[in-house]
Amino acid sequence: MHVDGGDTAWVLGSAALVLFMTPGLALFYGGMVRSKNVLAMMVQNLATIAVVSIVWAIAAYSLAFGPDAGGGLIGTLHFAGFAHPETPVPGLHLTVPPLAFAAFQMMFAVITAALLTGAGADRMRFGGFLVFAAVWTLVVYAPIAHWVFSPAGWLAHRGVLDFAGGNVVEIDSGASALALVLVLGRRRGWPRDVMAPHSLPLTVIGAGILWFGWFGFNAGSALAANGLAAQALIGTQLAACAGLLGWVLVEKLRTGHATTLGAASGAVAGLVAITPACGFVDSLAAIVVGFAGGVIGVLAVGMKYRLRYDDSLDVVGVHGAGGLIGTLLVGVFATQHVNGGIGARGLFSGGGVGLLGEQALAVVVTIAWAFAATWVVAQLVQRTIGLRVTQEVEIEGLDTAVHAESAYDFGNVRAGRIG
Amino acid sequence: MKLVTAVVKPFKLDDVKQALHELGVAGMTVSEVQGHGRQRGHTEVYRGAEYVVDFVPKVRIEVVVDDAEVPRVVDAIVDAARTGQIGDGKVWTTAVEDLVRIRTGERGPDAL
Repeated sequence: MHVDGGDTAWVLGSAALVLFMTPGLALFYGGMVRSKNVLAMMVQNLATIAVVSIVWAIAAYSLAFGPDAGGGLIGTLHFAGFAHPETPVPGLHLTVPPLAFAAFQMMFAVITAALLTGAGADRMRFGGFLVFAAVWTLVVYAPIAHWVFSPAGWLAHRGVLDFAGGNVVEIDSGASALALVLVLGRRRGWPRDVMAPHSLPLTVIGAGILWFGWFGFNAGSALAANGLAAQALIGTQLAACAGLLGWVLVEKLRTGHATTLGAASGAVAGLVAITPACGFVDSLAAIVVGFAGGVIGVLAVGMKYRLRYDDSLDVVGVHGAGGLIGTLLVGVFATQHVNGGIGARGLFSGGGVGLLGEQALAVVVTIAWAFAATWVVAQLVQRTIGLRVTQEVEIEGLDTAVHAESAYDFGNVRAGRIG
Repeated sequence: MKLVTAVVKPFKLDDVKQALHELGVAGMTVSEVQGHGRQRGHTEVYRGAEYVVDFVPKVRIEVVVDDAEVPRVVDAIVDAARTGQIGDGKVWTTAVEDLVRIRTGERGPDAL
């Protein structure tokens, strides 16, 4: 196996960029919750990095990218504990050390689980969520990653295209979020009470970090420092911009106001939508994909009020809907001019509806597995150690009740020290 | 002695403070409060969800003054805080039975 220094440097650097997205998510989400729950949100994200990284090393990486156990459904435990670090992932012909790839993919598993903190915001138990995240990574994330990202996976085999995780990260987290909130139940007082964001400046900083890290997420998924990585990076930037504009345009037309939260959300929705597509579509198509992500996002976040599910910070509306539209649009815009390595072209590249059909199959399968398996895992955790805090804790706020801390001390009169 | 309490628009605080200083009022206590009278709150929108915020930010100013000073102090506050728009606030006066300056132990009007 030939190892290229430039490729390896880019993939290792991208791993660091993607890691940084999760603390960014902590800020993005932390600003959106009420001030009594901001630390709980942030520590759930930080601890998810810890739990999922270790689960990834011990078993999840091998289940996702180990030699196929049969039928393209799951990997074996050949790479468990990062054993055989010199052995490449079967079918992946890379010029980076296998461990660099494993580290890069580790950060994807981390942020996908971390996204679920947004759905269950303001009411999830800390320990219960961490146990859930560990099991979820093994039972939900690893199989879907195997089906789509591993060359041996059954969806990859059918020709499904997912450059950086439209299925594996975005649709997966969106469908899982829906199952999770149905098991958790609504927050006390939702949707009647005011649950407005307590600090949009934090949310804006978080969105900026996500945007920055997304270059590693998408352009890093070229797994080489080459022209495809550059195309993916350009597509990522353009889609984020188009998503931002699409979101604020629609909300301006609907409510009369272009909002800060809308701009931050729109950029993220555009980034979500371009994730599966950035290595397959040209720059102008990336603008269309990003704009579609922003518009679909702003329409989809209203769905929870009509259907009465309390997806606190809109993981379903932003990641589920954005991932869905991006994955389908790959079937429309994918072109061999951008990526000569793909076997099928999209509808607008003269490829007919074949690829679009496979993309739609991947969407349906991913939603079905992520929803059903997450529902079972969440029920198991809920019925054993518990996944939801008590009503008293929810009213007091998780920061003081669960973590014995307050996010903001403005120098008001406070109690003295005990002991 | 009387306690004069005024609830005014936050951006009028400097004008009121200036007017009281010009009258020779030595001290005051100021706090940030929220409330509403006839003025109602405003609407905020987060990802399409509209919230009506009933209480609007105000500043509460409290000064203790000698009985003879009360009309001039109240007039000064009213003049300084008025914009003519809804939500300008209120000023009211209450009797104060006793007053002590903690540092010296002086009592009554001497402690003002």
